[in-house]
Amino acid sequence: MLGLRKVAGVITGAAMLATSAFGLGTAQAADDVIKVGVLHSLSGTMAISETTLKDAVLMMVDDLNKNGGLLGKKVEAVVVDPASDWPLFAEKARELIEVDKVDVVFGCWTSVSRKSVLPVFEELNSMLFYPVQYEGEESSRNVFYTGAAPNQQAIPAVEYLMSEEGGNVKRWVLAGTDYVYPRTTNKILESFLKSKGVAEEDIMINYTPFGHSDWQTIVSDIKKFGSEGKKTAVVSTINGDANVPFYKELGNQGIDAADIPVVAFSVGEEELAGLDTAPLVGHLAAWNYFMSVESEENDAFIKQWKAFIGDDKRVTNDPMEATYIGFKMWTQAVEQAGTTDVDAVRQAMYGQKVKNLTGGTAVMNTNHHLSKPVLIGEIQDNGQIETVWRTEDVVVGDAWSDYIPESAKLIADWTYPYVCGGCEKPMY
Amino acid sequence: MRITIKTIIAALLFLLATQASASADLADAAKGLLSKNYSDKILATETIAASGDPRSAFLLEALLGGNLYATKSDNRLVSREKVSDGYQIKDIVTDEDLGVVQSGDLSKIRINNRMRGLIKDLVGRLTLLNEDPILRLKAADSVFKSRPKEMIVPLSDALAAEADSSVAAAMRRALAALNFVHGDTPEAQAEALLILEEQSDPEVKSLLSAEANRLAAIVNPSPEVQEFAARVDRALAKVDEKLAMLGIIENIFQGISLGSVLLLAAIGLAITFGVMGVINMAHGEMVMIGAYTTYVVQELCRNFAPDLLVYSLLAAIPAAFIVAGLCGVAIERSIIRFLYGRPLETLLATWGLSLILQQFDRTIFGPTNKEVSSPEWLSGTLEITGGLALTYNRIGIILFAAAVLFMLLLVLRKTSFGLQMRAVTQNRRMAASMGIRTGWVDAMTFGLGSGVAGMAGVALSQIDNVSPNLGQAYIVDSFMVVVFGGVGNLWGTLVGALSLGVTNKFLEPYTGAVLAKICILVFIILFIQKRPRGLFALKGRAVEN
Repeated sequence: MLGLRKVAGVITGAAMLATSAFGLGTAQAADDVIKVGVLHSLSGTMAISETTLKDAVLMMVDDLNKNGGLLGKKVEAVVVDPASDWPLFAEKARELIEVDKVDVVFGCWTSVSRKSVLPVFEELNSMLFYPVQYEGEESSRNVFYTGAAPNQQAIPAVEYLMSEEGGNVKRWVLAGTDYVYPRTTNKILESFLKSKGVAEEDIMINYTPFGHSDWQTIVSDIKKFGSEGKKTAVVSTINGDANVPFYKELGNQGIDAADIPVVAFSVGEEELAGLDTAPLVGHLAAWNYFMSVESEENDAFIKQWKAFIGDDKRVTNDPMEATYIGFKMWTQAVEQAGTTDVDAVRQAMYGQKVKNLTGGTAVMNTNHHLSKPVLIGEIQDNGQIETVWRTEDVVVGDAWSDYIPESAKLIADWTYPYVCGGCEKPMY
Repeated sequence: MRITIKTIIAALLFLLATQASASADLADAAKGLLSKNYSDKILATETIAASGDPRSAFLLEALLGGNLYATKSDNRLVSREKVSDGYQIKDIVTDEDLGVVQSGDLSKIRINNRMRGLIKDLVGRLTLLNEDPILRLKAADSVFKSRPKEMIVPLSDALAAEADSSVAAAMRRALAALNFVHGDTPEAQAEALLILEEQSDPEVKSLLSAEANRLAAIVNPSPEVQEFAARVDRALAKVDEKLAMLGIIENIFQGISLGSVLLLAAIGLAITFGVMGVINMAHGEMVMIGAYTTYVVQELCRNFAPDLLVYSLLAAIPAAFIVAGLCGVAIERSIIRFLYGRPLETLLATWGLSLILQQFDRTIFGPTNKEVSSPEWLSGTLEITGGLALTYNRIGIILFAAAVLFMLLLVLRKTSFGLQMRAVTQNRRMAASMGIRTGWVDAMTFGLGSGVAGMAGVALSQIDNVSPNLGQAYIVDSFMVVVFGGVGNLWGTLVGALSLGVTNKFLEPYTGAVLAKICILVFIILFIQKRPRGLFALKGRAVEN
């Protein structure tokens, strides 16, 4: 068996040569392709919300390639599945940046996933476009937030409910999933409500784990809390597929929207698609976009989406519009900068304008947040959400909420002279 | 008076004119609904209700039900009905047939929450004397909620003429609420209070609390006001007491329903662990297989026998049992059989198997959740009184769990297979010496345990999301129940599951869902220190190599 070792060695050597040649080959091909990463959960408890965002990015990449690509090169989407596993998000982000060499990543939904990947993006100086409404209290150099900050979603929703048109609500149930986004948002809302004179005993706060399915006691408690003689409303920051049994239980226990309305911040057309929404008619959602808004841009977008996905029943929602705006702004910034280099593109991003699908123009501000309109809508029996109130003009996203004393004095501005994500005085 | 033809004609003309003008009033008022502004719409609905036209209730109900449209061409208000080639529209005021149009020719009249409450209230007032007792009941309830002063007289009249006892009770309650809020004499209010304090409805509590708050806010109250406030407080305390008791009953019910879910999930595990001493980490996946079988049966029904869709859930129960059971037998014959007497290896092998099954499921069905709809007879609530509402799907699950338990007891006690199973559980060697084929018993037991887990999956598909991760959510709970209740004994599993369920539900209002689970786990860990074999340990049970 003299030759066996030698044969093994030769084979190994040949294999190594082959792979390195292949590697060289792909490296050369990489110059002609611009890669964008897609970091959304395609399985697990958040798949119900995030899968459609992956499809939205694929649609935009396809559209871009049909119109000549970017800087004359083809654009390729690299899709990974972090499976609703927060540490896996960080691993996959690193893989996308270091191994696949993407120039930008569109991804994340839950704030805990974003917090997990933040150190990776900051260490490797890459760029993340985060398209989902969140709790604020953050402005990173490497992240562009195209979803709503609390002052563009949570605060206007509560103000609407307090107004006469919203029902003059006096008692509040803040129900959320147990992680950073609902905890911080509820902190902001509690502070806001108290500043408007709501007493401590008129606020009930409740947290449940991801994927919670037994809502009997909580919904009973909501009923009891709402029977103290004052108009009560539920502000829901429940995320993921726990919403399905929650709304089912609301319907089963007969909680009528005219008696105790529920306004949700993380439930849109996509989450309602799998539900029978007849018992939910009248419950509310607060976003910056609804599929039901009638405008030329929105009609064209919906048509393009249905044709791309090949299914007339698929719906569009706010995070998809945010992905669309973010993607468009990024391509505009790349063309303006003439390169995909992260620092150059970042500078080109400030002031980028894209038309909103609901009317008006979205502008990327120097705090990495957008100016967006606020829409409050009621759920209809066909799973659509119909606007009942909207701001006349766009609202500028505020990264640091004015209702938390420590953050009220912070300013985020990545241009001279502040150049920081949250500081009281300019750095220069 | 001499009635000439002239007077008759004049009278007829007069009647026609008033009728036409009434319809014209209604049509005019209804025009306000075409506005984009919600305040205009609200004004229009109020005018419609006040018009006195017999069609106004119908119009408002169409608006409430989302069935009021305006034709884009000439802004006429119509109701629509789907026909083969589009929509048949009828003028809402005159009921005139206007032909067939397409959905693009109509625009829906939208309402918001504020309008919804208002319209329900107005419809209630208008339908108090309707022929249908269900509508009269709804009307009485909506008058109770909104309590408008002008309804005191019409409601008293309606109550006097009411024959149906449940509708009369609802009307009496509504009248009491009206008299309480608007009564001009203290005696009338006190009388109303006597009726109200016998109720056990959260709505009544709401009403009394609002009044108590209002009275408490009066500065320098007169002695009569003070006395009345004291009366109201006493009534409130009485209602509170009743509601608290009903709340406890509701909590117990919820605890039992959670316990029955745990029972269903754990009972298969108790059997396999008891007979074979096998720690089966793939048990949760058997539950998942059962849930997906329900989905497949539903889809088959939907595509091939849409009329039988209501029964798809019942058909899924034996289907899930067979599918999961066969999977269980296959697993036992191919993997578990070779690992007898090696519990750690079995643990590892079944853990790996659970991962394989999850991924296999993801490959076939996709990683996203599948929708399993609840049939009509399982949706909604059974309202025993106002404060006690039991949801039908949970009642169904409790009954189902009881039926499964009963069936298993029958199998164990009355069949020869059950006898053999019990023999192998008590002493494997001895049973083998008696001629029992222990290998065959093992395979069948595993199949039975997995089959029951499959049936649990059918029940779970009604209350939880059907996803590849479904099994993972219940495997820990199943082990908790089996460890706590003792192994191999059905009663142990029953007591364990029910007590864990009830304790969890009692803790939840005070500690929240997350902490309640943690407390239960800590409690079990401490319990195991004292009684390692669980609550109902089988004497003489020996898992031998």
